Amino acid sequence: MADGGDDADEAAAELTDKQKKEIAKWFLTNAPAGEINYVAKDIRSLLGNDRVYEAAAAEAFPIYNKSHLVALEMPDRSGDVIITPYGELDKCNYFDPRTMQVATVDHMKQVCTKVRAATDEELPSSYVEEFRIALDNELVKYVSETYPKGICAVYCTGGKHVEGPGADFGFAIIISAAKHSPQNFCNGSWRSSWSVDFKDDLQLVELKGKMQVGAHYFEEGNVQLDANNECKDSTIFQSPEDCAISITNMIRHRETEYMTSLEASYLNLPDTTFKDLRRKLPVTRTLFPWHSTFQFSLNRDLAKDLGIGK
Amino acid sequence: MDAAMDLMRRISPKQSETALSALLSLLPHHSADLLSQVDQPLQVCMDEESMKEFILCEYNRDADSYRSPWTNKYYPPLEDGPLPSIELRKLEVEANEVFAVYLDQYYEGGVSSVYLWEDDNQGFVACFLIKKDGSKTGHGRRGYLQEGSWDAIHVIEVGPEEEGTARYCLTSTIMLSLTTENKPSGTFNLSGSIRRQWQRVICVTWGE
Repeated sequence: MADGGDDADEAAAELTDKQKKEIAKWFLTNAPAGEINYVAKDIRSLLGNDRVYEAAAAEAFPIYNKSHLVALEMPDRSGDVIITPYGELDKCNYFDPRTMQVATVDHMKQVCTKVRAATDEELPSSYVEEFRIALDNELVKYVSETYPKGICAVYCTGGKHVEGPGADFGFAIIISAAKHSPQNFCNGSWRSSWSVDFKDDLQLVELKGKMQVGAHYFEEGNVQLDANNECKDSTIFQSPEDCAISITNMIRHRETEYMTSLEASYLNLPDTTFKDLRRKLPVTRTLFPWHSTFQFSLNRDLAKDLGIGK
Repeated sequence: MDAAMDLMRRISPKQSETALSALLSLLPHHSADLLSQVDQPLQVCMDEESMKEFILCEYNRDADSYRSPWTNKYYPPLEDGPLPSIELRKLEVEANEVFAVYLDQYYEGGVSSVYLWEDDNQGFVACFLIKKDGSKTGHGRRGYLQEGSWDAIHVIEVGPEEEGTARYCLTSTIMLSLTTENKPSGTFNLSGSIRRQWQRVICVTWGE
């Protein structure tokens, strides 16, 4: 590649600050779970321009944090606040339904700087809250027994001020768990979100779930798994406690089902799925005889001449 | 460059083309290094004379033309494209034949190519390449894969050691991508690349 020095300089000059910012932003928002700070370090040194980097990071970090459901510890040690669109009040303020607080966050530093109690306006009505709390309690039990470092939250997404039976309301459930082992060059993450719609007229509760699994192995290489699944379910509209148990059971059932099917996919990989790419052994079930390929080439040529096989 | 290579190891392999072109525009002075160190999926071209496909890579390229291992000719045609020596070409032909059988036995389809050339240290370098499309619409025999590709690049540097022995250095890079869709509601995508290296000193008995 004989790029003349002049050409290279021209190309570098052509890249405007705005373009550099867009490139930096792309790398940051596409960082795998748990790796944005490593990516940030790399891109910062490549840019060699802190002003451009800061501009890109200011836009990229909120996007990344929301998409990876990053959890930040609240200063009063009352728990974590999850960064998600469902709880977003504005660019830096996120609502935590469990502690009924609003947290102010610094996206780039990934810390929570202060908290305040939520106002009555920001909270659901006591009728809706009854359902929400019951569901949250059941969910916390499920998540802590299933996910080693799992976090979850239940947000009210509609009908916040419904006072009693006769109207619909809805929740969003977020479950997020991650395992980071950078020293072993691997990271993994689970993200699931469920919309729970309480339909008063039908006396039904409808569930829609989205599950996303990611894994990244990067010792002398870069291998990533990206798997996702969607499903639906429903149950009858009962008392807050009964709904909570029923909904959580459905979620438990569907998520376990998905995990099982993922494990089955992995098991099938070497013996079946992978065969479409490469067999473990030739049809002869013996290792390839590098010294005597003549017999095979004869077969191949014959087969071709006679038009057999593919 | 370290920072650039680290980024390439973190960004999803599915987006590696975009990542590479972003890095190339950000670091034009390092384009040669980036292109030689970052692995990208292989491209193929048809050798019209032998009606066989061959794989394109840096090792059989001159300007914008590529040399076919089947006919030893450049496509698009090139007046003075470099060719391996007669000795090396003989070895190259044999290597291609053997590798094609290997391809058939293990991959049941796909394209293979082997290129040899002299290096500056009285030795030579051989590059073994495989490209397989295992998707339902490609050469995937069993229909498991919505999308699937396997690209392998094995580069062996052979150099003289003490009397009667040679040192073989192998660098293997495998790039893989597969997507299955078991149910209508979900997708499973595994993709990536791995690079490994080995070295051995062996007696010079026969040239394989």
